[in-house]
Amino acid sequence: MAVETKRLLTTSKAISEAFAQEMERDPSVFLMGEDIGVYGGIFGATTGLLERFGPERVMDTPISETGFIGAAIGAALSGMRPVAELMFVDFFGVCMDQIYNHMAKIHYESGGNLKVPMVLTTAIGGGYSDGAQHSQTLYGMFAHLPGMKIVVPSTPYDAKGLMISAIRDDNPVLYMFHKGIMGLGWMTPNPRATGHVPEEPYTVPIGTADVKRAGRDLTIVTLSLMVHRALDAAEDLAKEGIEAEVLDLRSVIPLDREAIVASVRKTHRLLVVDEDYQSFGLSGEVITTAVQGAFDSLDAPPARLAYPDVPIPYSRPLEQFCLPNREKIVAAAKQLLA
Amino acid sequence: MPDNDVLREMHHQMVRIRLFEESIQQAYLEGKTPAFDIAAGPVPGEMHLAAGQEPVAAGVCAHLRASDAVTATHRPHHIALAHGMDMKRLAAEIFGKETGLGHGRGGHMHLFDAATNFGCSGIVGEGIPTAVGHALAYKKQGRDNVAVSFFGEGAANQGAFHEALNLAALWKLPVLFVCEDNAWAISVPKEKATAIANNADRAAAYGIPGVLVPDNDPVAVYEVAGEAVARARRGGGPSLIEVKTDRLLGHFEGDPQMYRSPEELARLKDRDALRAFERRLIETAVLTAADAQATWDRARAEVDEAIQFARTSPYPEPAAALLHVFA
Ligand SMILES: Cc1ncc(C[n+]2csc(CCOP(=O)(O)OP(=O)(O)O)c2C)c(N)n1
Repeated sequence: MAVETKRLLTTSKAISEAFAQEMERDPSVFLMGEDIGVYGGIFGATTGLLERFGPERVMDTPISETGFIGAAIGAALSGMRPVAELMFVDFFGVCMDQIYNHMAKIHYESGGNLKVPMVLTTAIGGGYSDGAQHSQTLYGMFAHLPGMKIVVPSTPYDAKGLMISAIRDDNPVLYMFHKGIMGLGWMTPNPRATGHVPEEPYTVPIGTADVKRAGRDLTIVTLSLMVHRALDAAEDLAKEGIEAEVLDLRSVIPLDREAIVASVRKTHRLLVVDEDYQSFGLSGEVITTAVQGAFDSLDAPPARLAYPDVPIPYSRPLEQFCLPNREKIVAAAKQLLA
Repeated sequence: MPDNDVLREMHHQMVRIRLFEESIQQAYLEGKTPAFDIAAGPVPGEMHLAAGQEPVAAGVCAHLRASDAVTATHRPHHIALAHGMDMKRLAAEIFGKETGLGHGRGGHMHLFDAATNFGCSGIVGEGIPTAVGHALAYKKQGRDNVAVSFFGEGAANQGAFHEALNLAALWKLPVLFVCEDNAWAISVPKEKATAIANNADRAAAYGIPGVLVPDNDPVAVYEVAGEAVARARRGGGPSLIEVKTDRLLGHFEGDPQMYRSPEELARLKDRDALRAFERRLIETAVLTAADAQATWDRARAEVDEAIQFARTSPYPEPAAALLHVFA
């Protein structure tokens, strides 16, 4: 049997490869953001692109998010395919009007006549003591607002394929990458942040969830870094004879409701693991989906393990108390089966 | 020209700020070598130090009372200390301890101190409007306090800066806008981000005085700030002050600074404003060499005590994370 050697990349390298390949293919694609040029992006998503494509296509911007995200919208309306980076999602506050009143609504308001084919990339997530203004995930908040697609990859493979899909999509796509999945040398090492990524361009369809581990006893629906935590927990559970199915949503909008329902119909139990704030968000939406679509097959009330409704504290013991983790997932799964 | 006591006090402030930040830098790097892991060590997370920018803090804050409000940025320690924040509680907050200003909830970018009316924000530009609000309250209350907002030259390209200046000018509020131009916003140099050379010129758009301090010198800052503070206290309205200062270190600790040339870094080392100021004070006989040394020793003792306090203080109870969401 031939030994297959698979190329391994970190998620940040997978994303920058997607940018490079799409920029080669389509001259209307260009990038804008803070420190994306010489620095290569604070989270390494644009490493090497300035050297390759020059400052006309890899544009460092002033700290003027309303200005350059608004400019991305205008450029998209005028035939370009811009990618704008909001360095941390927490900074949405200074530019939200452009995002939800303009980027997300112009297509609808025009009765379908205008398109806004742009990608807004942004870093999410905590766990490394960056405090209340640099640690949030917030996809639930954006998902509440109609008009933008939202993708939240967890693996290098999905990251590249979803980025290519996002750039080619005729809709605005919010692309949210967790800092903990990027494989950065200055973060706590995460083996799951490196994985096989094919060299050629490929797409991962937006709106399709992916079973990252099959199981029969319960379904863990999750996304982003929490997929890694859930897979770790599933290994622990397996040692105790509990087989958890881990469903990686990959996209929040559109939400793959069929995949949620199908998995819950199979396992009869649902645990949602979410790093976003607990109330009024993603976990409630997933549970509603399961209850409506698989009520008769549920053997226990659906459970959720999410971030409590408090701002994210700086101090390590406080933050770790709030964050879902491997041990808490194991405990919640067992409780669900008890 | 400030009198000798003021000169000595500004020197003292600059020295204690420098030593404090050097100790924080050391603590920050603990647990982060050989492999740098931002989450590890007694001081995790991001760390933005202000070495080189002490003249701005010392020169402006010399005119302030504890009751005057100050807002700062992600790079807040120099300003917090110059404005009189308790060094122990500051250190303890940076270490995430129960005895810290926010009992560990805020961290180094989110320092809030009722005793010195100090606040800061990790969101670039967003501390500026709050200062306008403090000044608005003073005006309504008939107090002769002033509010001061410090921010980087990068922040002057945010909408919040322009909205705040217009409001303050329109309502003639007692507020100072102090732009610390250290030439860099992370890796983006000022000339690649700002369409004009000097932010002080932007004051003209709002009909308020805008003064450029071209040297990173506490005395020059002191003089310009003194006039602006006095005018604000008299009801004469806001001012914008821009100081050309230096960021001697990386944007944050761990920043490889590939975007800065080795020549620039070497040049910066040679023109450390604190050393230059100290030399001048000794040359002009404001300080003897022994006085200067005594100042360093005194500051060393204060800093060591503060760091020791932070290290030995307990962490907050984990479940206390759920407290203080509402008053
Ligand atoms: C709204 C917002 N955008 C971007 C950032 C990320 N960021 C943090 S500091 C910084 C550079 C700030 O430059 P400047 O205002 O000149 O202050 P300096 O760091 O030089 O002190 C950037 C881009 C942020 N914190 N907030």
